[in-house]
Amino acid sequence: MHKSSRAPEPSFNRRRFLQASGLLGAAAVLGQAPVLADDTVTLPFENGERPLVKYPQKRPLIRHTTRPPQLETPFSVFNESVITPNDAFFVRYHLALAPPPAAELEKFRLQVKGQVKNPQEFTVADLKSRFEPVELVAVNQCSGNSRGFSQPRMPGGQLGNGAMGNARWRGVRLSDVLQACGLPAGVRQATFNGMDRPVVPETPDFVKSLEIDQALDGEVMLAYSMNGEDLPWLNGYPLRLVVPGHYGTYWVKHLNEITVLNEAFSGYWMSPAYRIPDNGCGFTEPGTTAKQTIPINRYNVRSFLTSLADGAQVKVGVPLTLRGIAFDGGYGMREVVVSADGGETWRSARLGQDLGKYSFREWTLPFTPAVAGKLELKVKATNRLGQSQPLEPLWNPSGYLRNVVETVRVTAV
Amino acid sequence: MKPIFQFSLMGTAFLSLALLVSAADLNFTLPVETAQLKTAPGSELAMGNCVLCHSADYISTQPRFPRSVWQAEVVKMQQKYRAPIATNDIPALVDYFVQNYGRENPPAATAK
Repeated sequence: MHKSSRAPEPSFNRRRFLQASGLLGAAAVLGQAPVLADDTVTLPFENGERPLVKYPQKRPLIRHTTRPPQLETPFSVFNESVITPNDAFFVRYHLALAPPPAAELEKFRLQVKGQVKNPQEFTVADLKSRFEPVELVAVNQCSGNSRGFSQPRMPGGQLGNGAMGNARWRGVRLSDVLQACGLPAGVRQATFNGMDRPVVPETPDFVKSLEIDQALDGEVMLAYSMNGEDLPWLNGYPLRLVVPGHYGTYWVKHLNEITVLNEAFSGYWMSPAYRIPDNGCGFTEPGTTAKQTIPINRYNVRSFLTSLADGAQVKVGVPLTLRGIAFDGGYGMREVVVSADGGETWRSARLGQDLGKYSFREWTLPFTPAVAGKLELKVKATNRLGQSQPLEPLWNPSGYLRNVVETVRVTAV
Repeated sequence: MKPIFQFSLMGTAFLSLALLVSAADLNFTLPVETAQLKTAPGSELAMGNCVLCHSADYISTQPRFPRSVWQAEVVKMQQKYRAPIATNDIPALVDYFVQNYGRENPPAATAK
């Protein structure tokens, strides 16, 4: 059991969730064990109170929804290590019959079909024995990460900043598996379907597609391991797609069906869902829609201060080390700068160990508060393409792509 | 916490055995669903049409959206997600969400 499940949150609200919601009595009447939710957190936006709930193989996480589960990583976890522990990694499902039960997982086979010369089925053991293993550290970030901060607010998962994580993925190359099934010339896309299912059969199944060139780029991975262990149940056991640098919507969990197509796939979850404005930046004037859209794709640049939370106190004249993380869609970090005066002046942070261009990159900066009073700490990253972060938040109709320069307000005493 | 998966400990030579162990260990149970809709006129409609496919907290965690947003959501659930919502029931469902989880549309003068 992890010890840090009660790590302090900025807005930690230690009170009995069950008592507050009046559900303890109901649970007792029904003869069910009370849920293991003792505490709540309040995310800093309207209607932001959420229970912290313990799920199988997980420490207590911020629960947004129950069926299907959407669980967010408490932000303090990102200060524990550059690699996000499996038991704290966020969870997001779309369809209510998820995650798949043990009886179905027991019979797991990955089917490769469609426009391939030799359609085949693979167990995870087949994949391990027939293909060269590859390993990669990569961030998985939910498309809706930070949607709760969107102004105006938009419907969807009302997430704080913790629907992201960085893990060491191990698996086999998607390209190796597709080539082993024989790809004729002219195929266009591959689709990816997992074992999760809708309740109403007519609800669009959660299927995602990639252009065949991307599917064959040698980086897209069929991952069976995360941070040296089998994938957790709630993160896609026993196999998930890893699409480095791309939003989590493509990282299909419990992946058991790959179909190669001669044409472009047009399923609901590619269109109209998970689209961004096709205008180069992905943002629109707040409150307005875009004429043309494209599928959401690579992460933009983000950076966070993790060592101090909003409202923290620091001591005048006492040196401390500011620390945080930065990442982007796979170009790698060039520079992280930090301001302690609300953006007037900036200092370059020291970048930590490079775990690869798809990983969180740690940054640190020594800092000694000089005078008492309120401090606005800001952090801004620039990637190797020169892309950076806006000082004011940008907006789009789905609440995607938020990457504003974050501000942490602390008090020096 | 119970042990998780046994594959790596046992090695591939005993993979079939390991599969059995693993399947047993995957018999996890999810926490009991406790989220409930507010009881009010329309809540039974919402139970049957909405909570069929997702828990009540998909609704209760949203900000207090105006009527236009709830209207669009209900129509999206009917037409895109194919929720079994009778078109005749849409006004009562939207009223329920506006009254219990939302607000009326802001007057035009103050609307942005």
